[in-house]
Amino acid sequence: MDWINTIVQGTLLGGLYAMFAAGLSLIFGVMRLVNIAHGDLIVLAAYFALTASIMLGLNPLVASVLVVPLMALLGYGLQRLVLNRTMGEDLLPPLLVTFGLSVIIQNALLIGYTADPQKLQAGLIEQQSVTVGGISIGLFPLLVFVVAILVIAILQWLFYRTALGRAFRATSDRQDVAQLMGLNRAHIFGLAMALSLAVTGLAGVFLGIRTSFDPAVGGSRLIYGFEAVIIGGLGNLWGTLAGGVILGVAQTVGAKFHPGLQVLAGHIVFLVILALRPRGLFPRID
Amino acid sequence: MHNDLHVSRSTRLSTVAMLLLAILLVVMAAAPWWAGRADLRLFGEIFLYLSLACLWNLLAGYAGLVSVGQQAYVGFGGYMLFALTMLAGLHPVVVLPIVLVLGALIAAPVAVLIFRLRGAYFAIGTWVIAEVFRLGFAQISALGGGSGSSLSVNVVRSLASGRDGREAVAYWLALGVAVLVTGLVFFYMRSRQGVALMAIRDNELAAKSLGIDIWRTKFLVYVVTGGLTSLVGALIFLQKLRISPDAAFSVNDWTAFVIFIVVIGGIGTLEGPIIGTIAFFVLRETLADYGTLYLIALGLVAIVIMLKAPKGLWGLVRGKHSIELFPLSLAVRNIRQEKN
Repeated sequence: MDWINTIVQGTLLGGLYAMFAAGLSLIFGVMRLVNIAHGDLIVLAAYFALTASIMLGLNPLVASVLVVPLMALLGYGLQRLVLNRTMGEDLLPPLLVTFGLSVIIQNALLIGYTADPQKLQAGLIEQQSVTVGGISIGLFPLLVFVVAILVIAILQWLFYRTALGRAFRATSDRQDVAQLMGLNRAHIFGLAMALSLAVTGLAGVFLGIRTSFDPAVGGSRLIYGFEAVIIGGLGNLWGTLAGGVILGVAQTVGAKFHPGLQVLAGHIVFLVILALRPRGLFPRID
Repeated sequence: MHNDLHVSRSTRLSTVAMLLLAILLVVMAAAPWWAGRADLRLFGEIFLYLSLACLWNLLAGYAGLVSVGQQAYVGFGGYMLFALTMLAGLHPVVVLPIVLVLGALIAAPVAVLIFRLRGAYFAIGTWVIAEVFRLGFAQISALGGGSGSSLSVNVVRSLASGRDGREAVAYWLALGVAVLVTGLVFFYMRSRQGVALMAIRDNELAAKSLGIDIWRTKFLVYVVTGGLTSLVGALIFLQKLRISPDAAFSVNDWTAFVIFIVVIGGIGTLEGPIIGTIAFFVLRETLADYGTLYLIALGLVAIVIMLKAPKGLWGLVRGKHSIELFPLSLAVRNIRQEKN
């Protein structure tokens, strides 16, 4: 029973990791960009929610109504003004610019909010739980998991069933031809980053409610998201969810042996999968 | 007439530059006699950062292996220094070549694993490796676990008698490793393998069709860089005398700043890391009073350079002329013309 409980909690944690990963996977799919500042942007969103909940007295979950559009706007601006200038064959410019961004965000947060750990207070939902077959499931982790599934379902629908998704896929396949067909590449990239940071905004609010955070925790969130993407298989959104769940379960199982092993166990499972199945568990067939 | 044409690497500029460099080296080697203790430490730090920058430049600028996980080897080298001196009782200077070999040995299986990832995913893969190292060393209680440990007094005393002597030895080791690394990269780039490496960077497909074994060439560079970076790491923590997992495997200190140095100076050139290191320390010493703001400024400078002058300061200086301070590229010259 104990083990089933561990696996259930790990699965729910995986929902959060899948949300870290979804934004990362999205922009990589559309424009082959890996955003080193992704984790720091998640943390930035958590601080936005913190500010909104303190200044406006909102529940952080309600504050996400403000945080998500704000992050989307930030994403569009960032892409159009800065990142679009780095796009090309060479992978170093986007890598370096997002690295610079990561250092800037971390230190700006350090100045604005100090290094003290913060936490978002979402009220009763954090303590409530439902009991299913003897296993107590927290309402909040369950909410995160359900939202993660919804987010991935929406992204999936957006990608394969809408005009915007067609534009994303076309630009991903052949940028020059998409341009000839009348798509504005710069705008499409801006929208992709906006969407990615919208998901990131939600992920940041959930992160802040689930655990305490400080300006330095972004790097490891980037790594969890990245691991979920690779475990699941590049370009497969449902695979990313599976990857998040595998990582979450690996971490909770590791923590059960020894608290110091939690994160390490996740990394080791990732490396083992990389060694055995370098294309991930569920690679997109194309 | 055709006797006047000859092929050489050196130009008048590079000969002058190498002469000045030799003089500078002699002056810097004598620094323990003319510089104060604080200056000596700063110079030592500069040489260690210069070494890290040269190594990262070799990896990313020449081999196209953009790693953001070199802190794995810095930290590994530091911890090996502590383990082999304090737990195995070896002399610190004896430990250094051992650390070099161990670093290369651990880099080999790592390379086999992460070479499966391409491009940007390779970059983050290297970071995961560094995190595994950090979390792994945090579990070893003999080395202080998560809180780290200090180098024992006996080990420090075995370096030289007296504090000034120890500072001088640490400084000379830093200077020595900087010369070693820069020299190695220079001679490597002049060798057959170096040319193959540049061919791969410029066009992988063309290089492959010329019969270059791409995987092996990159593997060799990664392993050698891993060993040398570990050696630099050992020297960094020999200077600091204290190690902890967070300091040893810091992505900002040992990778982000190093990348900024190389990019600000000019990636893919031998001069770039040197110029970048000078620019970095000038910026740091001027803005040191502003604390966190200085890091924001550094990030901004790196972004602006990448967007406006992707070839870095050295690229700006040399403009369209392909001048080199190090005699590296072969060129055809006309002796008679140069004489007139």
